[in-house]
Amino acid sequence: MFHYDAIDAAMVADRNAEFRDQVQRRLSGELSEEQFKPLRLMNGLYLQLHSYMLRVAIPYGALSSAKMRALAHVARRWDKGYGHFTTRQNIQFHWIKLSDTPDVLDYLTTAELHAIQTSGNCIRNTTSDPFAGAAAEEVDDPRVWSEVIRQWSTFHPEFTYLPRKFKIAVTASPQDRTAARAHDIGLVLRRNREGRLGFEVIVGGGMGRTPYIGATIREHLPAEHLLSYLTAILRVYNRFGRRDNLYKARIKILVASLGAAEFARQADAEWEAMDRPKVDLPDLELARIRASFGLVPFRTLPPRSERFEAARSDPAFARFARNNIVAHKVSGYGIVQVSLKGIGEVPGDCSADQMDALADLAEQYGHGEIRVTHEQNLVLPHVPLDDAPALHAGLVAVGLATPNINLVSDMIACPGLDYCALANARAIPIAQAIGQTFADPARAEAIGELKIKISGCINACGHHHVGHIGILGVDKKGEEFYQLTLGGSGAEDAAIGHVLGPALGADKVADAIDTLVEAYMAIRQPGERFLDTYRRTGVGPFKAAVYPDAHQA
Amino acid sequence: MLIRLENDHFHTVDDRFTAVGDDEALPDSDAVILSLARFEAEGTALLAAGRDVGVRVGPADRVEALVDVLPQLALVALDFPKYRDGRAYSTAVLLRDRYGFGGEVRAVGDVLVDQAWNMVRCGFDAFETTVGPNAWAAAARRYRHVYQASADNRAPAFAERATKARDPAARVG
Repeated sequence: MFHYDAIDAAMVADRNAEFRDQVQRRLSGELSEEQFKPLRLMNGLYLQLHSYMLRVAIPYGALSSAKMRALAHVARRWDKGYGHFTTRQNIQFHWIKLSDTPDVLDYLTTAELHAIQTSGNCIRNTTSDPFAGAAAEEVDDPRVWSEVIRQWSTFHPEFTYLPRKFKIAVTASPQDRTAARAHDIGLVLRRNREGRLGFEVIVGGGMGRTPYIGATIREHLPAEHLLSYLTAILRVYNRFGRRDNLYKARIKILVASLGAAEFARQADAEWEAMDRPKVDLPDLELARIRASFGLVPFRTLPPRSERFEAARSDPAFARFARNNIVAHKVSGYGIVQVSLKGIGEVPGDCSADQMDALADLAEQYGHGEIRVTHEQNLVLPHVPLDDAPALHAGLVAVGLATPNINLVSDMIACPGLDYCALANARAIPIAQAIGQTFADPARAEAIGELKIKISGCINACGHHHVGHIGILGVDKKGEEFYQLTLGGSGAEDAAIGHVLGPALGADKVADAIDTLVEAYMAIRQPGERFLDTYRRTGVGPFKAAVYPDAHQA
Repeated sequence: MLIRLENDHFHTVDDRFTAVGDDEALPDSDAVILSLARFEAEGTALLAAGRDVGVRVGPADRVEALVDVLPQLALVALDFPKYRDGRAYSTAVLLRDRYGFGGEVRAVGDVLVDQAWNMVRCGFDAFETTVGPNAWAAAARRYRHVYQASADNRAPAFAERATKARDPAARVG
């Protein structure tokens, strides 16, 4: 686990002092709400439908047991006893009082946590691979580079007032678990033929009302030039990104209007002209950051665990093992995924008691590490297979053993109209209804991988554009309707989904998903996921199934 | 109020420049600040006459247009029409780091004290603001450390750490 040094701690302390002063000036009326808004947003504080919401950063999605316990404490003391893990590897507390926020932030520093730049038109928390350090196929540890970006982007004086928010993802595996191509900048770390580390630089992906899959503007940027090249991209965007229209201000619009080749030319010209040694990180600091993550003291274990195999005679454990545990790079270990998508529950919600229990379980069985995924689940990345049955029992005890990772009920949903001032429709009840429809775990497993993503409005926080099935809430004369899209993906085969047909009423959505799934089951070929079948057949059979009365086009 | 940063010291100064609108007549004497458009039309003559001239650069203006005349300019005023408009930060960094401008870089418009540190780090050294120099200085010095290099040439955290690694007795933090 990475730990702050004295400089990191001083940075956060100075920020908290600044924000405490700003809250004071807001409460006294010296700052207007209009003036205060960008300042509070840069500290993760939103004004929502019912109260303030505080979004706490989980840099590169990595938590320790101590950090998880601190989040549990915040949930208990300042919120209603739970928190909500987001699609951005953050956690949100939805019931915070403005006057309490400086104390909450001060408390969070005791566990090296903060809410810096979790909102606002600045560079946000970097998304990274939740399997970092555990995945066999990764070429380097993406957390190291995410921490490099965290430091560079924190209080960047030039890039604090960008046209819009800015999100960067870093992955170092061929299998993309970060949705890199749906970020403002996606960085895919690879080694070239000479063995040198470099980044594929992807720019201009994003969701929202105009979704784009990002374009590659560099195939192999030498890793040591990461910061100067990011600076060049951000400078071009800061200067020339649109500021006249909120909905056209993301970098994806600039890249699309210039064309990726012209954007690349401008970024390269800026990069060539820059004093790069001044901006790039020296090798010494990179080595320090790398070392500060430390090494996990893995034990030497046989690849086959007799205890693990014996426990498979319990069907519940066997199902959990099939769906939630994946191979680890170290022999005898597994990566255990903890679903926050219990049937009928709110995707991403976690109670304080569950957080404490997870902290204990991680300490007992997983080297004290917990990761947060952009699909709103948690991961214990380093679990000896021998301990998996005991861990499973511990998860069952706190209702966190739902065996549905990547299955139909493992949905992403934004908070929707239940919480969010921007939403047009509720997302959570839709997710709950779909969960109930597919409550039978044997059926869910037979269906196989199916990613459903639900957004309560066109801002697309639920990433519906990249759902194998996307669901978008729309408002039609005061009534909630839902538009379905098919064929999206946020993974390495990234794609934007296509609209299936006219929007459906709230009570029709779960049935429509059921119909889509049945259509897929009837025509799938061996080994095909829902997405593969859709890509093979096109929309025809699915459209016919959901809209049987529609005239043939 | 105009605050100047000189030798690490923030203090108020009398503004000897007159900001002249595009439709206003030029005063006979005095140092003047013109918009980029007006400067492009009349600036050469004024400079030739030995006048002190500053140019007001809007957020959409390309500062590259001034590169050839920068050594003759007394100041460049960068306009914040709204304080959330961050383009002037990049312009300031380019003026200092890329084009080596040594004159005054002045923040004008919607200038909020909470942005003092951004401005100072990006190379601004004059600020049209309603707060006093003490409050401005406190806000500008809010952060004891910085993570990245910028136009102010403060040592970033990585440089501080390298210093400490060479000499463990050096204080960091």
